[in-house]
Amino acid sequence: MIPAALALLKRDLSLAFARGGGPVLAAGFYITLMAMVPLSLGPDAQTLSRIAPGLTWLCLALASLLSLERLFERDYEDGVFDLLRTGPLALEAVALLKCLAQWLGTGLILSLMTPVVMIILGAPADAAGLSLIAALIGSLSFSLIGGVGASLTLGSRKGGVLIALLVLPFYVPPVIFGAGLMDAYVTGAPIAQALGLLGAYGLFALALSPIAMGAALRSALN
Amino acid sequence: MPFAIRVEGLSLKKGYKLLISELNFEVGPGECVALTGANGVGKTTLLRALAGFAPPHSGSIRIGDDNSDDSIVASNSHYLGHAESLSPSRRVDQELSFQCAYLGGTAQTLAEAVGKLRLNGLLDLETRMLSAGQKRRLSLARLLMVRRPVWLLDEPMSPLDAEHRASLAGMMQTHLSEGGLIVCAVHDPLPFETRELRLVRAEIGEAVYG
Repeated sequence: MIPAALALLKRDLSLAFARGGGPVLAAGFYITLMAMVPLSLGPDAQTLSRIAPGLTWLCLALASLLSLERLFERDYEDGVFDLLRTGPLALEAVALLKCLAQWLGTGLILSLMTPVVMIILGAPADAAGLSLIAALIGSLSFSLIGGVGASLTLGSRKGGVLIALLVLPFYVPPVIFGAGLMDAYVTGAPIAQALGLLGAYGLFALALSPIAMGAALRSALN
Repeated sequence: MPFAIRVEGLSLKKGYKLLISELNFEVGPGECVALTGANGVGKTTLLRALAGFAPPHSGSIRIGDDNSDDSIVASNSHYLGHAESLSPSRRVDQELSFQCAYLGGTAQTLAEAVGKLRLNGLLDLETRMLSAGQKRRLSLARLLMVRRPVWLLDEPMSPLDAEHRASLAGMMQTHLSEGGLIVCAVHDPLPFETRELRLVRAEIGEAVYG
């Protein structure tokens, strides 16, 4: 079971990086979006540093959406799921591993960029560590919840927009907790509550999304 | 291990349409069942149900040895459908080693399969460069890389040339002689002894709801 899981993870990661599509595209989108912020709001440092955490989290959520459409779609069209289903892993585990590979390819890179971007916009430099941890938890939740959206829209045309509509409401809690966490840190308020809630949401997504993805995939593949 | 497929009172639906109704059959060790019937009669649907991809509308499918209670265990069967389960951008050797590792084969069985199916010259090509017949040979490799008692094949011969048809027939006969089971959807008779299971239309256009 473990060799099979590792093989699948390796395959999905190499597919994500081989085409240069997912990771590079998401990172480029993230940077471009953040670069547009000072251009649209003006270069006033005080305004920018006040809104930096909120904007960063908003852009992180949007950039996380990008590669979701292809998360299951490609393997669905190529019939790869027929092969995957005759393997030792349950469909739930297959879906979870695919989300994990998507996160390693996209979310992890976006998370690593988050502190940098936030500091460029004027957040205090000593918040870098905390913002990285928060972004890691947040982007993992985005990948898992996004996977549920991707599995539900499998086989439908215009999947991309539909996924965004489906999952963005569920991206709201991590955005609130994540941005709130940074605000609390900057104003010196206790951070435990926001960090705890963010972590709880991540665990919630980790526990429930495989079940939901498994059910949705099973019905799409029948 | 006496392996068998037992199908009792099986009804299958595709969408809302009843394709197969009250089907009973058994396949024993060393036996090959050739599924025949007109286009759209439900051969693929039956094979997919045997692979456990779709739950039966009613009735039961049991695949296993005599003591097994499990209806379907995925790791007992190989399913080869119309779709070749290949990612167009990956190379043949990448696909082979992934399939081998994922399904539980070894480096040795992989090398044997490559040799038997003469895939050596294709290993560094991306799978989108392959012809239909070459893709099918690549798919057939997993039958040899990982030994499993049940082979569910959906028109395995169709894209192959005469020479590779003969070699696939040889593979299937070897599998049968080792006590394996094959259920194979075909339009042309196979070049060895098989038992024919002819599917006929349950009742044209009959819709079953619920």
